[in-house]
Amino acid sequence: MIKVENLTKKFGKNEVLCGISTEIAKGEVVSIIGPSGSGKSTFLRCINFLETPTSGRIMIEGHDMTDSKIPIHKMRQQIGMVFQHFHLFPHLTVLENLTYAPMKAKGVKKQIAVEKARELLKRVGLLEKETAYPSSLSGGQKQRVAIARSLAMEPDLMLFDEPTSALDPEMVKEVLDVMKDLAKSGMTMVVVTHEMGFAREVADRILFLDHGVLLEEGKPAEFFTHPKTTRAKEFLDKIL
Amino acid sequence: MNLDFSTITPYIPFMLEGIWVTIKFVSGALVFGFILGTLLALCKISSIKPLNWLAMVYTSIFRGTPLILQLMFFYLAIPQLTGYDISPFLSAVLAFGLNSAAYISEIIRAGIQAVDKGQTEAAMALGVPYNQLMRDIILPQALKNILPALMNEVITLTKESALVSTISVLDLMRRAQVVGADLYRNFEPLLFVGFIYWVMVFGLSSIGRMIERRLKVSDQS
Repeated sequence: MIKVENLTKKFGKNEVLCGISTEIAKGEVVSIIGPSGSGKSTFLRCINFLETPTSGRIMIEGHDMTDSKIPIHKMRQQIGMVFQHFHLFPHLTVLENLTYAPMKAKGVKKQIAVEKARELLKRVGLLEKETAYPSSLSGGQKQRVAIARSLAMEPDLMLFDEPTSALDPEMVKEVLDVMKDLAKSGMTMVVVTHEMGFAREVADRILFLDHGVLLEEGKPAEFFTHPKTTRAKEFLDKIL
Repeated sequence: MNLDFSTITPYIPFMLEGIWVTIKFVSGALVFGFILGTLLALCKISSIKPLNWLAMVYTSIFRGTPLILQLMFFYLAIPQLTGYDISPFLSAVLAFGLNSAAYISEIIRAGIQAVDKGQTEAAMALGVPYNQLMRDIILPQALKNILPALMNEVITLTKESALVSTISVLDLMRRAQVVGADLYRNFEPLLFVGFIYWVMVFGLSSIGRMIERRLKVSDQS
């Protein structure tokens, strides 16, 4: 589904990603972990071109993202993204947050968009909040709305950029539960996270990044118990 | 001291007509300035370098020269060059609109840049094209930020509009001068229109405060 070939990204002289290659299959849940500054988020943001790669290729469903012939916003409609700081639209109600992009970017009829939005709000347990504004929600609720907002575009792939890092501890679970449910439904997911419990339990594969290099990848059971590289060992020792 | 407000009584309708002229011309200049200012602001934040440059030069010129010079330029100098006999009213709207666009573009640029970058990214990630996300997501939030500054600009424009009296537009100010010349009394007509200006500005500030309050209530973000 996603094929990344020799992806590099430089910010000025600073090389953040140094030639990453990997493939992610349909329905797979991949967790990207690594120390801060290792390029995890940059990698994720390159997949939907919020950052333009310096070199390398990204293929999604056979379409080359680096090929300028495909309008980038069309490609992005198939890729949902959830941010650390939610980024809900503050001037729109919860329901409008969900219906905005389908209606305006995809041309979905209002009635259908609203129906779909309600179904998603029900799924994340926030149907009663549809007329509320984001400012009146808790962090966990905001993130669940943000996930629902991405799902409203019916993406083939979901990217999560540290979705629980900005949450109070007691709200982490409600967001992770929604993500687990999503993983179970067969969604292809790429998750940058510090939640090792989630990575271990839900992910099919772990990618370990360090200094812009994909140092190690493998099944969670293997990675967490027998990391191959010393760098990964050190990292796990520090956080587990 | 010899003050006699009864002397201006016959002239009051004449002077009051000036309100309409002033309002017409200020609102014309404002609409023009707002549209052009928004476009300039978009040029300033654009990633296309020549557009940035163009907008910067524009702003620099219109902020860097006296408004009255710009006014004279449109009224006197341009006709000399083109042979087109421009009406005082039109040249006033042009000069004030173009001048105000420079200031408004700075206000809007700052307002847009004050909106969290995450908003753009979130809308982009949803696959919303740039123009549309600018219009539906960024500008409405920016507009709320800049409302006080924008209201200030409207008030400034209303007061500065008195400058058009120098190119014989029959606005409030000019009418006071006409009456003054007619009566050989200036105190009364000037005080009269001064009061009218004050009422207009007071009204504008009240409207501004009202809109701000309502935005706060409806949006609570």
